[in-house]
Amino acid sequence: MSGRRTTFQVVAAIGQNSWLAGFLRGRIWRGASKAVCVPGLNCYSCPGAWGSCPVGSLQAVLNRSADRISLYVTGLIGLFGVLLGRLICGWLCPFGLVQELLYHIRSRKVRIGPTRLRYFKYVVLGVLVIAMPLLLRDRYGVGDPWFCKLICPAGTLEAALPLLALNESLRSSVGGLFAWKAAVFAATMVSSVAVYRPFCRFACPLGAVYGLFNRISFVQLSCDRTACIRCGRCAAVCKMGVDPSVRPADPECVRCGDCTSVCPVHALTLGLPVRKPAADRPS
Amino acid sequence: MSRRLHVLRAVLLILAVAGIIAGAMSGEVRIVITKAVNVCLECIGIG
Repeated sequence: MSGRRTTFQVVAAIGQNSWLAGFLRGRIWRGASKAVCVPGLNCYSCPGAWGSCPVGSLQAVLNRSADRISLYVTGLIGLFGVLLGRLICGWLCPFGLVQELLYHIRSRKVRIGPTRLRYFKYVVLGVLVIAMPLLLRDRYGVGDPWFCKLICPAGTLEAALPLLALNESLRSSVGGLFAWKAAVFAATMVSSVAVYRPFCRFACPLGAVYGLFNRISFVQLSCDRTACIRCGRCAAVCKMGVDPSVRPADPECVRCGDCTSVCPVHALTLGLPVRKPAADRPS
Repeated sequence: MSRRLHVLRAVLLILAVAGIIAGAMSGEVRIVITKAVNVCLECIGIG
């Protein structure tokens, strides 16, 4: 499952950021496809990006509309969430892929089980993505995308680094804010070598939203409890700190499928839930 | 699989699609694309 998934992630990441002329000229794509949000955390100012970042777009509408949250962007995020849940994090998000590739670097690994730190991403979502863009406005009534401005390491990686490298006028404007964002980015990258997907687990507001959909999404990780022998292999292999045999729809599960590969009795399945024939059901 | 879960999924799916259509009709797409086709200075740490 892992090699196939990595290939899928690479194809998805390249597909979402394949406007090569942008990387050559230091510009961003300005076509109509930017009206549509991609499912994962992918900065719309990445020179190769065809689509928009859902977190950035959500803040952009909040910054302009003093009275309400964006129906368009929340509708898109809701649609992705209902269909796939956090499968998006595990299979489609380019920044998730970057963290996973860093985790492949040989080093001492730190396994973090279920911790209260996972709730920090809900604080990031509530404060930086929703409350601050909605409430803090300048004298013209326009707010800032605070998550993008203060935290987003995907923006630093995908937009800041290539654009600053290619554009002299942007480079001349760099100051203290960039130093802060570069520090957040460096901390994320360094910690990703030892900890599996630290940003996804503890700080990603999009992962926080999609996690809430894990119980109800069409794509499900399912555990056949009548077949499960409780050997614990699935919990041992899960790098997100989940025990899939107990909580297959846990909000932290990114549906990577590693647990399905190690299950000796094939009790775990990833995909659309299939209704069993009556004869197979326990009485 | 409980019937309640199926109903909840269907309701959320309908709400999501309705939100996309309502948001698009109220001009939110223009805000999204205007932001997305210009370099986001906040994203690159100079805004």
